[in-house]
Amino acid sequence: MSLYVQAVVNGILVGGVYSLMAVGLSLIFGVMRVINFAHGDMMVWGMYLSFWLFTTLGVDPYLSILATGAAIFLLGAAVQRGLVNRILDAPHEMQILLMMGVALVLENVALMAWGPDPRRVNVSYGLSTFWVGPIVFDLPRLVTFGVALALALALYLFLKKTDLGRMIRAAADNRIGALLVGTDILKVFTLAFGIGAACVGAAGSLMTPLLPFTPSTGLFFTITSFNIVIIGGMGNLLGAFVGGLLVGVSESLGAVLLAPSLKEIVSFVLLVVILLFRPQGLLGGSR
Amino acid sequence: MIRRLGTGVVFGSLLVWLPFAVSSVWQNLLITTFYFGFLGQAWNVLGGYAGQLSLGHAAFFAIGAYTSVVLHTHLGLSPWLGMFVGALLAALLSQGIGYLGFRFGLRGFYFILLTLAAAEICRLIALHLPILGGYTGLFINFTPNPWQFQFKGKIPYYFVSLAFLVLASTVVWLIQRSKFGVYLVAIREDEDAAEALGVDTFRYKMLAYAVSAALTALGGTFYAYYQFYLQPNTVASMNLSVDIMIRSIVGGSGTILGPILGSFLLELLGEFSRSYFAAGAAGLYLAIYGLLLIVVVLFLPRGVYPTLLGWLRRATGRHA
Repeated sequence: MSLYVQAVVNGILVGGVYSLMAVGLSLIFGVMRVINFAHGDMMVWGMYLSFWLFTTLGVDPYLSILATGAAIFLLGAAVQRGLVNRILDAPHEMQILLMMGVALVLENVALMAWGPDPRRVNVSYGLSTFWVGPIVFDLPRLVTFGVALALALALYLFLKKTDLGRMIRAAADNRIGALLVGTDILKVFTLAFGIGAACVGAAGSLMTPLLPFTPSTGLFFTITSFNIVIIGGMGNLLGAFVGGLLVGVSESLGAVLLAPSLKEIVSFVLLVVILLFRPQGLLGGSR
Repeated sequence: MIRRLGTGVVFGSLLVWLPFAVSSVWQNLLITTFYFGFLGQAWNVLGGYAGQLSLGHAAFFAIGAYTSVVLHTHLGLSPWLGMFVGALLAALLSQGIGYLGFRFGLRGFYFILLTLAAAEICRLIALHLPILGGYTGLFINFTPNPWQFQFKGKIPYYFVSLAFLVLASTVVWLIQRSKFGVYLVAIREDEDAAEALGVDTFRYKMLAYAVSAALTALGGTFYAYYQFYLQPNTVASMNLSVDIMIRSIVGGSGTILGPILGSFLLELLGEFSRSYFAAGAAGLYLAIYGLLLIVVVLFLPRGVYPTLLGWLRRATGRHA
């Protein structure tokens, strides 16, 4: 029994990072109706940046989220300004193909720059753990979860309480309406894409102490993010958050119940079930 | 008419003469062009004509490859027959996925994601089936017996892949000329309008999916007996799905010559970037693919072939 409780605990802790990356994807989709196929690759770029800061300057990955967040914000904003902006009204397929192109470029530039070998950030406290009853908590996972939660909360408050946040939400709800009342829609879009990308960049930094990564890891994160936002409801930030925890737990349980290498299958099956019975997602409105 | 026939004869003889005149590197390039052109053509039926983008065609490819190999090694069935079993299984799977997707009106991104998820499930299952060799993969013993789909040298493969390509292109041509093809284009252009006019969109999308999946599976068999090695992470990977899709789109999806031209262009590009920048730049050609995809979407959204055709018509002053 404690094995399963342990799996659920670990799943929730990793799920926090999943939530953060899915919130970023959901924000981008909610505002621009564009699917960021390069989401996971942006995350991997965040991971390499953290890795690089750690190995050259000894910066702790939990501190370097500031740098990675800012850098991936700029990357996302640039992709929005330079590319996505030109095809906002193009058919969905074209937008997806464009983002797939961006994903291919990011992944393979990373491959050329850093090679295919797995990298890992070995922090000094990487193996410290403590016990609560029969359940073991490892410190990096716990800190990662806490920071991811704090960042998601900060984003929520930003969107709810600040003027910029209100502008973003207005543009997401009704683009024409927002334009009519004088919102600088181009600025809002750039900002929203940047913030969405920053979320996933920061999620990348948070993930570095937990697992080794290669340039091709990005695809896994992209697919996982897609799963999560569909399970939670496209464009729904709370849904993305809940979905992230759910997918984290289902993967963790899947690894225990089936085999570690089969863990993803559980979330895919979850996805298929959701697509069958509730295509708008758990928390999505009717559509 | 006679001029056309003449062009056909000249072009046909050129294709027959070509493999004997070039080095084995070029033979390989042409074979890959043909067989990816074939796969692009198969994808084209669903993605190009019906406008339902699939990012999971690697699943059908893998089913085709593994079915014929397993039937051959365990039951001694010739791959020439086994590949049709694979095609049937792939068509069945496509009906399962199609039912899930089309029944509930999943469109655009949702459908893409469903196909992607289905392919990933297939890949994960394949990795855990002992009969398929798991992570080690499946090696195929080479016995130069044409009846077992195994040939000495590259030239027979050249003609088999060419025949495959001609077959798929003929199928697409027949579809394009038929009512079925017209329905598919109507679905692509405006599904709601097509439905309102009485087109059974569900039925035709399912049919297009089955044809597309079955053809893709045939291509999988060819791959198995050309490479003699199968591993789920290559034959059922998303990279392969992208590779199949991109050729059709770069060349011009929804046209017959588009996938063939796209396949040729990308194969040339891949070959040059591999041979000139091979050292220390493993990902270069994929990065170039990505750039190309961006360029095509931004500047040639209809693909290379329709754009070229447009230029040609303007240059010769014909408006057909």
